[in-house]
Amino acid sequence: MTRRKPIATGSDWNFETLAEFEREIARLADEYRLDTYPNQIEVITTEQMMDAYASVGMPVGYHHWSFGKQFLAVEQAYRRGQMGLAYELVINSDPCIAYLMEENSLMMQVLVMAHACYGHNSFFKGNYLFRAWTDAGSIVDYLVFARKYIAQCEERHGVRAVEQLLDACHALQNYGVDRYKRPSPISAEEEARRQKEREEYLQAQVNTLWRTIPGRPSAEALGDGHDEEDPLGLHGGGRYPAEPQENLLYFIEKNAPLLAPWQREVVRIVRKLAQYFYPQRQTQVMNEGWATFWHYTLMNRLYEEGLVDEGLMLEFLQSHTAVVNQPDFDSPWFSGINPYALGFAIFSDLKRLCEAPTEEDHRWFPDSAGSDWRETLEFAMKNFKDESFIQQFLSPKVIRDLKLFMVVDDDQEEMLEVKAIHDERGYRRIREALATQYALSVREPNIQIYSADIRGDRSLTLRHVQDSRRPLARSVYPVIRHLHQLWGFPVHLESMEGDEVVRRYQWPLPEEAAAQA
Amino acid sequence: MTYFIDRRPNARHKSAVNRQRFLDRYRTHIKRSVEEAVNRRSITDMERGEKVSIPARDISEPVFQHGTGGRRTIVAPGNKEFVEGDRLRRPGGGGGGGAGEGSASNQGEGMDEFAFTLSREEFLDFVFDGLELPHLERKSLVDLDEVRPVRAGVSRDGVPARINIVRSMREAQARRIAMRAPIRRALREAREALEVEESKDPVLRNPARIAELRVEIERLEKRLEAVPFIDTFDLRYNHLVNQPMPSSKAVMFCIMDVSGSMTQAHKDIAKRFFLLLYLFLERSYEKVELVFVRHHTAAKEVDEEEFFYSRETGGTIVSSALTLVDEIIDDRYPPGQWNLYVAQASDGDNWDDDSVTCRDLLIKKLMPRLQYYTYVEITPHAHQALWEEYESVAAEFPARFAMRQIVEAGDIYPVFRELFKRRVAG
Repeated sequence: MTRRKPIATGSDWNFETLAEFEREIARLADEYRLDTYPNQIEVITTEQMMDAYASVGMPVGYHHWSFGKQFLAVEQAYRRGQMGLAYELVINSDPCIAYLMEENSLMMQVLVMAHACYGHNSFFKGNYLFRAWTDAGSIVDYLVFARKYIAQCEERHGVRAVEQLLDACHALQNYGVDRYKRPSPISAEEEARRQKEREEYLQAQVNTLWRTIPGRPSAEALGDGHDEEDPLGLHGGGRYPAEPQENLLYFIEKNAPLLAPWQREVVRIVRKLAQYFYPQRQTQVMNEGWATFWHYTLMNRLYEEGLVDEGLMLEFLQSHTAVVNQPDFDSPWFSGINPYALGFAIFSDLKRLCEAPTEEDHRWFPDSAGSDWRETLEFAMKNFKDESFIQQFLSPKVIRDLKLFMVVDDDQEEMLEVKAIHDERGYRRIREALATQYALSVREPNIQIYSADIRGDRSLTLRHVQDSRRPLARSVYPVIRHLHQLWGFPVHLESMEGDEVVRRYQWPLPEEAAAQA
Repeated sequence: MTYFIDRRPNARHKSAVNRQRFLDRYRTHIKRSVEEAVNRRSITDMERGEKVSIPARDISEPVFQHGTGGRRTIVAPGNKEFVEGDRLRRPGGGGGGGAGEGSASNQGEGMDEFAFTLSREEFLDFVFDGLELPHLERKSLVDLDEVRPVRAGVSRDGVPARINIVRSMREAQARRIAMRAPIRRALREAREALEVEESKDPVLRNPARIAELRVEIERLEKRLEAVPFIDTFDLRYNHLVNQPMPSSKAVMFCIMDVSGSMTQAHKDIAKRFFLLLYLFLERSYEKVELVFVRHHTAAKEVDEEEFFYSRETGGTIVSSALTLVDEIIDDRYPPGQWNLYVAQASDGDNWDDDSVTCRDLLIKKLMPRLQYYTYVEITPHAHQALWEEYESVAAEFPARFAMRQIVEAGDIYPVFRELFKRRVAG
């Protein structure tokens, strides 16, 4: 290959050199058949980066104090020099918005373009979770709608009322996800139009559901017990809902008896945004690993072609090494497994075992070993989430390289026990345990709505299915207090171990309930 | 397809609203921090931000989480000596197990307190908690009777000490050129004529004419020399006019009763009041000096720390402080150069006989020299002799003497505004 002249040297950048680098990276990415959304690269200042950070990466956000808190925290940490700002922030939208900070050196800008604009971007476009759960084309529109709607609510109902409602919704937003259904995407205008219809329809539906409650005029207006009026058989006995509901916010939105229509819409907005972020929470290792793998590959290609010089390459390698550094468990810098390191290691090893498989690889990965690496990596990127990706592709070599080991911490035992290490007997167990560690269903307590007493005291009962006897943290009380605020009637939470209730929580607290009665 | 957008010129502070929401929400916490800071800081040191800490648990956003306990499986990197089946002691503190140690301590340290920095404006806002500080105009409180000479070009008359040499010499030169020009011209003509006459054939020469021309030339040369190098007519003087000038310096005397009857709460209220006055003056004058005078039965000039925080006991003689202020003014702050302000805080106690002395001191000696005198009485009780005597002072100097009663901290600002409203409006 003929080496060309470097596009630019030194650490200063300008828009021309960036554009030229971008063209070259695009050309190489195309060679690797990376399929991406168009890129919208925005150059911003540090302060704007902190703004972007504080709104959890939403380019347009509604107002809430928690974002202000986030901003103050970021600002404080940054000013003290405890934290560099992450060099990239990329938004899963179409076109894909990536931020470049003006302070970055030329190398950083090139690295971010490779990492975000081609790595993350192709992941957003390719991965099945993102395809199923998010609609990149309409997210910015929806955010604009949400911001406007919430601002209107604040005007009409007061900032305080909206804030309290959002607090409650935020507490439950991890439980605002429909894991098995996918809604169809709609645009902002469409959303605004439908929102009106929905308000009326929803309220009517709720009224029907609660119509036997004495004292509600709308309930009386509907008359009594005709089957046509109760097509769902909601009042025909049995538990409501018939099946436990995992989507707490959805259930609230549709069934909470006392919420006003605008409140239901706000619940819906929080739920929709939770859903938008849901894939990101499940693909951290893969997403970062994929982007890191590609910035590494693309930067090396640029170097091989002579488009960047040694100085820039050394600077890059230093930065890259810092990103994929994995401190040991006993290091003072250890703070869990670094998703960049793990993801990069798995993807790199996957490429290795495609190109130069060993006997072990053939045994462990009969399908992948020796195959076309580009296709295998793409398959892995498209069809997995962290949990299944690790389960499928964590190779013994990576386990050995990272020296992974598995410890069981059982509160009934006095000592911790090392259950597996990086040896032949341990590989599978470690792989399984690590995959479980990334399963959202294990990371977050399994809590579902069990029943709503629609014919009695209207109390709501939730069930927490304990995983390996792990109890709920103390934060459960403030959360069910928020839930109580949304539901409007007593909320009970039962912790189940098997079929047995081992712990009950409720809000209002018993003495308060007694005092009220 | 890729395009670049330069967003740098866009608005910053996108998070300003969220930031404000946060501050509003935790107003009580922040106020507590700010109050501590006010008590800790010097009066002159209010114009900067403040670091504020809020207990993290008060502002956490709760979500359902796993608690400690049960059976947890942890995969961690960096195994060195463990083999399968090894049993390890639980690392101390909390339920964080082996590999979880790192994350547990990460959450444990530094997260107990949520710390951030208030900007200067936010800080002052909290100092005066919601009572919006009015936009005080840069306007002097009193008539301008102080004048200052300023240069105002040059003039033809003045005293020799103010001669502007450059301008005078330039005028002289101009005058010399102007006065010599016709003489020079005549001289040149005469010389030319003489030359013509002399170059003629000796037969044709006119000796009378030559003699005449020679005399003429000599006369002209004398005249040329007679043009004076400098004339009184040329002199220029630097001109000065007297411009009324507000003095840019002010001194603020803080007088406080530190007798046994003044509690720390009283002093804190007084501190707020002095602070307000200071901020007000600081906006009106380039330089503001503070003099702290505390008194019980005897007055003493002290530094700020001692002023606010040392405790004294005993009786009260207010006139001692007034006398001391008078002496300090004589010594260091001639009223011609300084704007003098006195702010006095007291709980109203005084020796009965002394109050009359105070009144006389004020009316005869102090008030004529002061710009403004404010007196705040921090007491919920009925007024005593001092108040009554001061009322007669106020009657004498209605424009420059102000007195109010403060019962609790909340009264300070309204009182302050009341005190100064009249003056600013007038």
